[in-house]
Amino acid sequence: MRVRRGVFVSSFWTAAVLAGVLLLAGPLNVTVNAQQTAPAALAVKIDNFSFSPATLTVPVGTTVTWTNQDDIPHTVVSTDDPRAFRSKVLDTDEKFSYTFTKAGTFAYFCSVHPKMTGTVLVK
Amino acid sequence: MDRKTSKKIMHDHNGDGIDRRGFLECMAWAGTGAFCVMQGGVLKSFSMSRLGDFDAKKMAGELSFVQISDSHMGFNKPANPDVTGTLKAAVDKINGLSTPPEFLLHTGDISHLSKPEEFDTVDQILKGASAKDVFFVPGEHDVLNDDGKQYLDRYGKNTKGAGWYSFDQKGVHFIGLVNVLNLKAGGLGTLGSEQLAWMEDDVKHLKSSTPIVVFAHIPLWSVYPDWGWGTQDSAEALGYLKKFGSVTVLNGHIHQTMQKVEGNVTFHTAMSTAFPQPAPGSAPSPGPMKVPDDQLRKVLGITDVNYTRGKHALAVVDSTLA
Ligand SMILES: [Cu+2]
Repeated sequence: MRVRRGVFVSSFWTAAVLAGVLLLAGPLNVTVNAQQTAPAALAVKIDNFSFSPATLTVPVGTTVTWTNQDDIPHTVVSTDDPRAFRSKVLDTDEKFSYTFTKAGTFAYFCSVHPKMTGTVLVK
Repeated sequence: MDRKTSKKIMHDHNGDGIDRRGFLECMAWAGTGAFCVMQGGVLKSFSMSRLGDFDAKKMAGELSFVQISDSHMGFNKPANPDVTGTLKAAVDKINGLSTPPEFLLHTGDISHLSKPEEFDTVDQILKGASAKDVFFVPGEHDVLNDDGKQYLDRYGKNTKGAGWYSFDQKGVHFIGLVNVLNLKAGGLGTLGSEQLAWMEDDVKHLKSSTPIVVFAHIPLWSVYPDWGWGTQDSAEALGYLKKFGSVTVLNGHIHQTMQKVEGNVTFHTAMSTAFPQPAPGSAPSPGPMKVPDDQLRKVLGITDVNYTRGKHALAVVDSTLA
């Protein structure tokens, strides 16, 4: 939507139609504008051998930061092939960040303790 | 000697010289400072406080070795700020054994963060042990960041694949397995098809009377899958060992002793030399367990294993660093 506005708001008619859509959309309009002014950043805590929240829903463009609060090292590794992201090993208090630039479902796990799994839903 | 230490086999339904009720009794004791010995098919449990009564010479077999595990060199959190000191204490314990071991097995998590200096420190401390040969298998902490390349460079000489191998000592066949690589999301420890094929071939030509010792980091039995304490394809590996009369499986990873007997297979996990972990399901997570400082060395330890030719099973003795 952001892209379209930039490229196509060149004629009166397109502008009018878009304005109508935005008005009809109501609250969504506010969300879109908020994203543009302040890109979202969200945190996932690694604690007690689990990711919390285990499922996180974020808009495209969000940077997610994982912080290891355990006494044991963990990793954050995408399960996709090829892997969308892969942290190095995180010791206590170390962080890993990744910016989700595409929509989709991104499953990940700790490659050291594979019972630890999580998902980021990017919309 | 008290009543319990001289108990004879009374429930040997499988005719394999293993008294299951006795074993359970032994396991119940394990938490209170006892250790259990299988000798010539007779299970004996000894209270740690009665160690003086225990004639170690009688236990001396033709082959004696020690398993150590989970040194986690580099760990410095409250559960044990001095893992160097406790590893040295383990070496002192080994050097004080009345039957000197011929070699050591290290069942992984040598290092905490796979740092070169962590491996160096462990190698240096183990040089102080009376036994000069150390046979390693990697833990998940030894293969961080590089899929085990550094581990292979250091310890992988004469191994296959990711570091698996076998060797023979005085008629006992030892198999070191790697189950900490290529772990899949949601899964447990993994051996993988290449290693399994190698193992099947490795044991094919051995006589069924050959005693087998299998050692690997993560338990090759289902200790507590919710915490990842098991190996998903261990059943295939154990399937290749069905014909053998005596199989002893030695693991680490869970930082506490646990035993199980299934048919002719005795499963045993060793204590860590670094820090204890909670009993399965007894805590929110399997993370390091903080105990009072004066209790720490009572929950760390080594495992002494003796084999006498002609005897059915190997004697597995845990002793703490206290
Ligand atoms: Cu982990």
